Amino acid sequence: MSDALLVDGVRKSFGKLEVLRGIDLALAEHEVVCLIGASGSGKSTLLRCVNLLEPVDAGRIVVAGEQITGRGVNVNRVRRRIGIVFQAFNLFPHMSVLRNVTLAPREVLGRSRQEAEAAALELLARFGLADKAREYPDRLSGGQQQRVAIVRALAMQPDLMLLDEVTSALDPELVAEVLAVIRELAEGGMTMLIATHEMSFARDIADRVCFLDDGVILEQGPPGQMFGAPREERTRQFLQRIVQAGRL
Amino acid sequence: MFVVAIGVLITRSPGWDEVKETFFNWDVFKDSFPEIAEAFLLNVKIFLIAEIFILVFALMLAVLRSLRGPAFFPLRALAVVYADFFRGVPTILVIAVLGFGAPALQLEGVPTDVVFWGIVSLVLVYTAYVSEVYRAGIESVHPSQDAAARSLGLTHGQSLRFVVLPQAVRRVIPPLLNDFIGLQKDTALVGTLGAVEAFNQSQIDASATFNYTPYLAAAVLFVAITIPLARFTDWLVARDRRRQLAAAGR
Repeated sequence: MSDALLVDGVRKSFGKLEVLRGIDLALAEHEVVCLIGASGSGKSTLLRCVNLLEPVDAGRIVVAGEQITGRGVNVNRVRRRIGIVFQAFNLFPHMSVLRNVTLAPREVLGRSRQEAEAAALELLARFGLADKAREYPDRLSGGQQQRVAIVRALAMQPDLMLLDEVTSALDPELVAEVLAVIRELAEGGMTMLIATHEMSFARDIADRVCFLDDGVILEQGPPGQMFGAPREERTRQFLQRIVQAGRL
Repeated sequence: MFVVAIGVLITRSPGWDEVKETFFNWDVFKDSFPEIAEAFLLNVKIFLIAEIFILVFALMLAVLRSLRGPAFFPLRALAVVYADFFRGVPTILVIAVLGFGAPALQLEGVPTDVVFWGIVSLVLVYTAYVSEVYRAGIESVHPSQDAAARSLGLTHGQSLRFVVLPQAVRRVIPPLLNDFIGLQKDTALVGTLGAVEAFNQSQIDASATFNYTPYLAAAVLFVAITIPLARFTDWLVARDRRRQLAAAGR
């Protein structure tokens, strides 16, 4: 069986700055992989490359056996199968929560309004947002907005979810409710690639943790090993700084 | 204070009695007003017809300029040249060239009505201005909105239609109204082609009575439309600012 996601020798530069310097990574179906590493280590760029929001300079990305990098790829079709949730939520402020969630199912998948809204309401209810369906994003807390953003991505029934530091913009007391949602997704078998600064969460939820350093995956392994006995000196230094900051 | 001083200066001036008679003659005003008001309906008509086309064409032009990728370079370049040219040329020149030139070609099927060509000229010029307003609005929508839309599988066109343009247009309504005010005034330029709109009618009345008061009547009519429009624009701007402050304070 092919991997749910295969990243093979991916390189990406912005001008002279080489952000990704040969990334190799494979996710099996239902696997949850957390990307950790300092700001600027390339976590977000890697996620944006997987979703084709950034074209890669070299290497290839394969989703469920289909290569999505290179010429002649229908990016719109690829993106339907890959959900991404951003640090800053990026909800559409001029649309109600319900419209935010139903826009893509209706316009991209051609679902009828009734069908899309019924599915959306069910998802919203599942994540405790049923009473927010008619609200506009600016009436919601950050945690609620981020949960709506997750529901919006889920409404497309993606095979793979990419989460880009989804709790970094939240007040501390709102982090837990978003993490609970992600945990539920993991338990439901969703394949996920998660860039995060929440180390204890990563330790809890990840099947595997990858430490990104200067554009390469320096070390990876099960969370117990990564947090308990990292092999690389750079990983140890990074985790030590996290512990000193009281984040682990 | 300053206004009072100017007022005193003018009313004490040696020529004031004569100016008062030729510019502020109540009887002439009363006589000429109904006729000019009727002619003013043509200004309103020109304004309304031109406005619809301007709003549509300018949006198309702005969208052309927002297209990325080398394939669209010729279209983008064309849009830039168009906007630069028609913002650079005085409106009255465009009106004169088209209004006198186009009918003179005597081509079959080409209208010879000066009002038609006046409207075409205003549409050409104002489309250039208004497209810049739209463009500013499109650029003010953060790229992350487009990224979010595209990440859900929406095409570039769908992202524009459902996500970017609705936000962009909402933000530029005040500057758009500002351009409407300019357009409403510039409808008077069509009078230079001989169309009997308010300005031309007041000119006719002025030369018939050897009195300039009809101009004042025309001015009153224009101001009666443009001032409420200006106040409405201010109100919208103030309301938007209040909303932004309220949102930021949360």
